[in-house]
Amino acid sequence: MSFDGIPVYKKKTYKKAPELSRSSTKRRPFVVVGSGPIGLALALFMAKKGHEVLILTAFDFIPAGSKGICYSKEALDIFDQLGIGKRIVDKGVIWNVGKVFWGDSPDPVYQFDMLPVKNQKNPGFVNIQQYYVEDYLVDALEAMENVEIRWGHAVTDLDVSGTYARLNIHTEDGDYELDTDYVLACDGSKSTIRHLMGLDFEGRIFEDSFLIADVKFKQSRPSERWFWFDPPFNRGRTALLHKQPDDIWRLDFQIGWDADREQAIKTENLAPYIKGMLGDGVEYQEDWLSVYTFQCRRMKNFVHGRVIFAGDAAHQVSPFGARGANSGLPDVQNLSWKLDLVLRGDAPKSLLQSYDIERTRGADENILNSSRSTDFITPKSKNSTLFRDAVLELASEYEFARPLVNSGRLSAPTPCYDSPIATMDEEEFPCGPRPGDICPDAPIERDGKAAWLLESLPDGFCLLHIGEQELASDLPVLALPCEGLVAERYGSNMSYLVRPDNIVAARWRNPEPKQIMQAYAKATAQDGA
Amino acid sequence: MTASLNTSPNLDDCDKVYEALINAHNDLSDDESSKLNARLILLLINHIGDEDVIMEAIMAAKTTSKSV
Repeated sequence: MSFDGIPVYKKKTYKKAPELSRSSTKRRPFVVVGSGPIGLALALFMAKKGHEVLILTAFDFIPAGSKGICYSKEALDIFDQLGIGKRIVDKGVIWNVGKVFWGDSPDPVYQFDMLPVKNQKNPGFVNIQQYYVEDYLVDALEAMENVEIRWGHAVTDLDVSGTYARLNIHTEDGDYELDTDYVLACDGSKSTIRHLMGLDFEGRIFEDSFLIADVKFKQSRPSERWFWFDPPFNRGRTALLHKQPDDIWRLDFQIGWDADREQAIKTENLAPYIKGMLGDGVEYQEDWLSVYTFQCRRMKNFVHGRVIFAGDAAHQVSPFGARGANSGLPDVQNLSWKLDLVLRGDAPKSLLQSYDIERTRGADENILNSSRSTDFITPKSKNSTLFRDAVLELASEYEFARPLVNSGRLSAPTPCYDSPIATMDEEEFPCGPRPGDICPDAPIERDGKAAWLLESLPDGFCLLHIGEQELASDLPVLALPCEGLVAERYGSNMSYLVRPDNIVAARWRNPEPKQIMQAYAKATAQDGA
Repeated sequence: MTASLNTSPNLDDCDKVYEALINAHNDLSDDESSKLNARLILLLINHIGDEDVIMEAIMAAKTTSKSV
């Protein structure tokens, strides 16, 4: 089954908009545009906070095609907050180890561990097809009474000249208008909303093409990310092998800028690549084929008055670092608590500016890492190739060169240390996350049972207190004794003000209630700054 | 800014070291020579290990070329 050439994973039901049968319509506080993982996650965050949620999507189905398959520890922590983390980890393929091969040698020149800090609830990475993630998010949304997903409702026009935004929406039953205070644009790299606003990206486009072949076969191989430079089956270029659930494997081959896309995905042209990588005897079925090029760039700003962008609609990176969905999810985790407070009247609108600052900073970090990886994987000059090859040559013999091998620096948290809503340290602390850092996880004990720190944090803003003395505060407190990995990772007799997105807003040793309230006011833009 | 890159003479027997550098390239094609240089640079910058010194050396190398 397919729609306009897009394969369908699961058909959803289009329904006629009530606006088409009614003359007056109520204005919505916000509308989510887009039904990819980012739009759906944003919708679910807002729904869980009790808001009435409307999602508009041009599709009336969940698309097939594995697409984004790697979800990082931080993304899994976000899925835990959304209540679908267990489903994703149970279905997904857990992996922590990546290996890099060069030339004909069967031994890796370099290998890395994606979960350098052990004893955290979630693994370094889980691989799972994007349609499962979308399906689980939709299931969670459909189970809520305050959510409406309008499948097959395409935004075709946008007017932001008034005191609110007016959307024009096209459906098979005709067009209708909808008014809203905020448009949350999560409509992907080709964002309609971005085009309607006349906005564009700034950054680099890379001239290279890659062929994705997701194929199904049964072979016992470890759940590791294998990356090749100059393998015998793709001389002078690169290749990647990665496991997904259901015996599906992601094979990715660099095929060069001049490659003929139509030809590349033909079965007979694909076979030599696949057999070269997996052996002549391999029996496989094609599951999803795609040729892609990529860019590393972002919008100058993500917040444009009543229109706010997140995910691929706001920023794009090469796929080598798994930094697409893994950076879009922190976007909406960040945006949702701020928008929630603003809509409730508990914080001024200016709080939304901190979303722009923090997440454009995050995007810059991702773009930087992604660009560096791309320059290593597809060198742009003879000299660049020379140095790349020199690194690979040295890496097989000398330890120092191994970390230089860059087959993609995989998604890691992007802290924002100079956020306008963070309270800087007033003294030096020997360890622990700094204001702007994401909280590390640790095993803890609660009511005599084993638990994890991150899942035990109260909803909303809270205080994480590690110490014997009691901490008095109006905010909910998670108090833990000074022992074990918690004390090692957070320090002893420390108090952390933790934001709803698990980011440290401030930290102290024995804070006064006044200090805590000042930091809270700053973190919610109520300090008049 | 205090210069951290040592640009004063720093070798006891500079002629000997220079000779070794040149001899390493004997009988190499241009390509092989370039590769050798790349490996050598990578080994040396790791040994230096000081980011400021390396950045200064890159700048110094870039700005002393007659052809630029």
